[in-house]
Amino acid sequence: MRARRFRTTLAALTVLAVLCLPGCGSGGETASPPPAGDGARITGDVTVFAAASLAESFTRLGRDFEAAHPGVRVSFSFAGSSALANQINQGAPADVFAAAAPANMKTVTDAGNGDGTPATFARNQLVIAVPEGNPGGLTGLADLTRPGVKVALCAEQVPCGAAARRVLTAAGVRVTPVTLERDVKAALSKLRLGEVDAALVYRTDVRAAGGDVDGVEFPESAGAAYEYPIVLLSDAPNVRAGRAFVDLVLSAAGLAVLTAAGFQAP
Amino acid sequence: MPAALLLPAALGLLFLVLPLVGLLVRTPWSTLPHRLAEPEVLTALRLSLQTATLATLFCLLLGVPLAWLLARVEFPGRRVVRALVTVPLVLPPVVGGVALLLVFGRRGLLGGWLDATFGITLPFSTAGVVLAEAFVAMPFLIIAVEGALRGADTRYEEAAATLGAGRWSAFTRVTLPLVAPGIAAGAVLCWARALGEFGATITFAGNFPGRTQTMPLAVYLALETDLEAAIVLSLLLLAVSVAILASLRDRWITAP
Repeated sequence: MRARRFRTTLAALTVLAVLCLPGCGSGGETASPPPAGDGARITGDVTVFAAASLAESFTRLGRDFEAAHPGVRVSFSFAGSSALANQINQGAPADVFAAAAPANMKTVTDAGNGDGTPATFARNQLVIAVPEGNPGGLTGLADLTRPGVKVALCAEQVPCGAAARRVLTAAGVRVTPVTLERDVKAALSKLRLGEVDAALVYRTDVRAAGGDVDGVEFPESAGAAYEYPIVLLSDAPNVRAGRAFVDLVLSAAGLAVLTAAGFQAP
Repeated sequence: MPAALLLPAALGLLFLVLPLVGLLVRTPWSTLPHRLAEPEVLTALRLSLQTATLATLFCLLLGVPLAWLLARVEFPGRRVVRALVTVPLVLPPVVGGVALLLVFGRRGLLGGWLDATFGITLPFSTAGVVLAEAFVAMPFLIIAVEGALRGADTRYEEAAATLGAGRWSAFTRVTLPLVAPGIAAGAVLCWARALGEFGATITFAGNFPGRTQTMPLAVYLALETDLEAAIVLSLLLLAVSVAILASLRDRWITAP
């Protein structure tokens, strides 16, 4: 008998809760429409699609954002910019897109999926990633052609590969890589596993890798610095929170987090 | 025919075939011949067919004896061994690739020794592709062959033994022909899995056209820039594998 009564109570509570879902809790606020602009309370979930190289800094910014707006949850999808651009154009539900290259942003804005013009929020440069302490003594691009030096590059279809190609062509250095990796993290993991002696990756990735990877800067990389654009998506399920997140990325506080990760100001 | 079976059967077929329809709908038929004629496409296709076939041979060589061991020999820990055999089925292929690097890589458990003693380096080589594919595909072969061996009547082997055949000749002349359809079915599954292998291959063997870039890797990278090229490559891989499997099925696998 007792168990049954308990179950009945539970069922009643469940029904109440379901009925309550749309209305309860916001009763006080619905009396007057929330004011637009910065003063508006930001609620709900915000989904950010961001280039793999932004993983560390955006995760940090996401935590800052959640701290500034209690109750808001930021979820990220970090992947290659081109894969993300494809997903957005196929209708993936995202609020914000941050790409590692203008070309991938163009894929999205050309399809009419961007809300307004994308803004550039950071730049990133290539460096030669080497194992900690640089045991091979590599000092510049030309050293990548030394016999016995195994090099991993990104495939040309992804931004870091296109950048590597541009840098190497401009410098007139012919490198024969042992592998063309699918993204910058994969190239770096080949280095960390000791399978290659060097990889051309972004400076931010070397920074994020921590102690076991060193970066060798080279002057030719300045010519192929990539601009990172960010945009609010036109089908954003949570426009207000999405816009606020974009504002955070573009703010001085956002830039501070980004430069700490190795990015340069736009 | 009972509708209770027919309806879910039809739905199951639809579920499997609809994605293929999706591919066909988006196929750029007008530029298809032009895209297929590109040398990189043929290079990747040839590499895929070669490595998948070599991986299947490798699996046959090691997998059939292992299946026999699991099916015919009582030994302590057999259940554990059987579970271990299926590990590559459960392991995400990318993790499988990392695991292979940790064993056969330059700093791996065996890799350094292989390099120092025999001058063999497997990562970033075509042999590495074969190894990665075999690692992922071998369980399919073993499970199929073990099932066939368990289903086969051991009295034939016993009869062969009473007629004076040794264990080896009983195995090669009685057991193997008896389970040949099972081995063929397992080999086909194994080959198909090897042909579609992506994660372990790109992680262990890397990606370089002509050496380690198989069709699934080419499809993945094409997807980065050009959806239509990726669809064309997928269709080509699909058409070739279906053609080969269909012709083999008629010849080898049809039960009498």
